[in-house]
Amino acid sequence: MTLNDIEYLAETAKFELTPEEKQYFARSIDEVLKFADKLAELNTEGVEPTIYLLGIKNVFREDTVQSSMDRDLLLKNASDVEAGCYRVPKVVE
Amino acid sequence: MESYKLTVHEASDLIKKKKLTSQELTQAAINRIKQVEQDIKAFITLTDESAMEEAEKVDALINQGEDLPGIAGVPFGLEDSICTEGIRTTCASKMLENFVPQYEATVFGKLKAQKGILLGKLNMDEFSLGLTGETSYFLKTRNPWDVNQDIGGFCIGAAAAVAADEVFYSLAVDMGGSLRRSAALCGAVGLKPSYGMVSRYGVILSASSLAQIGIIAKDVRDCGMILQIISGHDEKDPMTVRTDLNGTIPASEPSIKGMRIGIPREYLDDRLNSDVAEAIKKALKVFQDLGACVEEITLPSVEYAPAAYSTILSAEASSNLGRYDGIKFGYKAEGFSDLDEMYKKTRSQGFGQQVKLRIMLGNHILSAENCERYYYKALQARTIIKGEFEKAFEKCDIIISPTCSTTGSEFERGTDDFLKAFLTDIYTAPAGVIGLPALTIPCGFDDNGFPIGMQLMGRAFEEGILLKAGLAFEQNTDYHIKRPVINWR
Repeated sequence: MTLNDIEYLAETAKFELTPEEKQYFARSIDEVLKFADKLAELNTEGVEPTIYLLGIKNVFREDTVQSSMDRDLLLKNASDVEAGCYRVPKVVE
Repeated sequence: MESYKLTVHEASDLIKKKKLTSQELTQAAINRIKQVEQDIKAFITLTDESAMEEAEKVDALINQGEDLPGIAGVPFGLEDSICTEGIRTTCASKMLENFVPQYEATVFGKLKAQKGILLGKLNMDEFSLGLTGETSYFLKTRNPWDVNQDIGGFCIGAAAAVAADEVFYSLAVDMGGSLRRSAALCGAVGLKPSYGMVSRYGVILSASSLAQIGIIAKDVRDCGMILQIISGHDEKDPMTVRTDLNGTIPASEPSIKGMRIGIPREYLDDRLNSDVAEAIKKALKVFQDLGACVEEITLPSVEYAPAAYSTILSAEASSNLGRYDGIKFGYKAEGFSDLDEMYKKTRSQGFGQQVKLRIMLGNHILSAENCERYYYKALQARTIIKGEFEKAFEKCDIIISPTCSTTGSEFERGTDDFLKAFLTDIYTAPAGVIGLPALTIPCGFDDNGFPIGMQLMGRAFEEGILLKAGLAFEQNTDYHIKRPVINWR
């Protein structure tokens, strides 16, 4: 992991990192990836991946009208609310 | 005996016979917390006042002659990843320091419906990313057996609180083994149920395909009792299956005659501490004396489970933790000029280092150029490991291993040692990666008096067999009865 790689990853994750953090993460990510590379030893040719552990297919329920969470309650943990909506910094110029 | 030392079934019997009230029991637990909590530090939030109010209600119902369920009036703790309506739920992160959920987790609702008494929210690794509670933003929970404070190490609050007799049982999330390892290091009983057995609705998860809500208790009977209450299908968690739980609680004197126990060759190498190896050997002798057949088996790919676990965990965590943006809930930084800066400042200040590491790793692993090499490969490894376990379970009913390679007295501390911690995941990671049930029970002590845990793994949805074997072992040994002496001050 170069520092450029770390800066790119931090951008994708929306992190601002200090120079010390960049060093730490470069080293740590390398270590974990080395560890993960152990998987390369395993012969997986023709093996299907297992994403879901259970053989569950679609789970249906009756399509009945149910009450959802109260709007005010839903917004109670929001950092900024206006007229029953989340308020965020300007997104579109 | 002080009532805080009782198990759930013992306390429940006394309450039903009117020899003990829920208020007396709850007050005893609160007094115990006052006595030891400054050393243990298991709780992020205490709900002692509301607990006493609930206990009073239970006592009133009993006095009115109501026949209440088994856990009624007995205090418990919940890991702080489990949402509790109106009670702060932090996931041990600055990101959720002031988060008060407006809804509750299904498991909490089920315990409340049975008149269980919530005594507080317990410490954990930040967003469950760690193994020993050391990445918590708030506090480091000490192992109650760590009497010298300079050896030993840390545990998640759910295990320490039970081992220190602060609560009678607790619920926590288990992915790669944090619940089972902490329970083992604290000398408690821990159960990770099968994937799909218990609803995760209302629980803050980092890795959806790995996480399961587990139970930490003082004995196997309690574990079975709690499992029966919290398990079952929930419309709000489509990953729960419709299971028939009849027989989950084993008969009072179960017979394990003829039970086939598999011991994986791969687990008994020189990585294992000699005290642990000796304890497992002795435990197997107990099972054999009770009529079980012990046979060596092989799980050649089990050594790849920690790497598969680590990879799947990072990938899923990076996706699941994307929701923390400072808008809908959680921490929001100050002093930003636009949306992008708000995201960056909020996430940089709100998350701890392990969480950031996992998110960046996940983003790397899931990128177009690396996905096949890491993520896809880990999912294929999962298929291979699952196949090997299925084959092994044709020959045996349960698989036994140590829960940890070492005991509390040797446990490595420091979050920089995470790589070492991953490697010792070899015993607990497989059940997480392929969704099997796994039970850890105390099976001995090392030279320094620290507890040793033994792990029993079974086929998916066959918790009943694990509990049966665990109970038979408990009835013929006394390791689970010994409690730590906490008198540091």
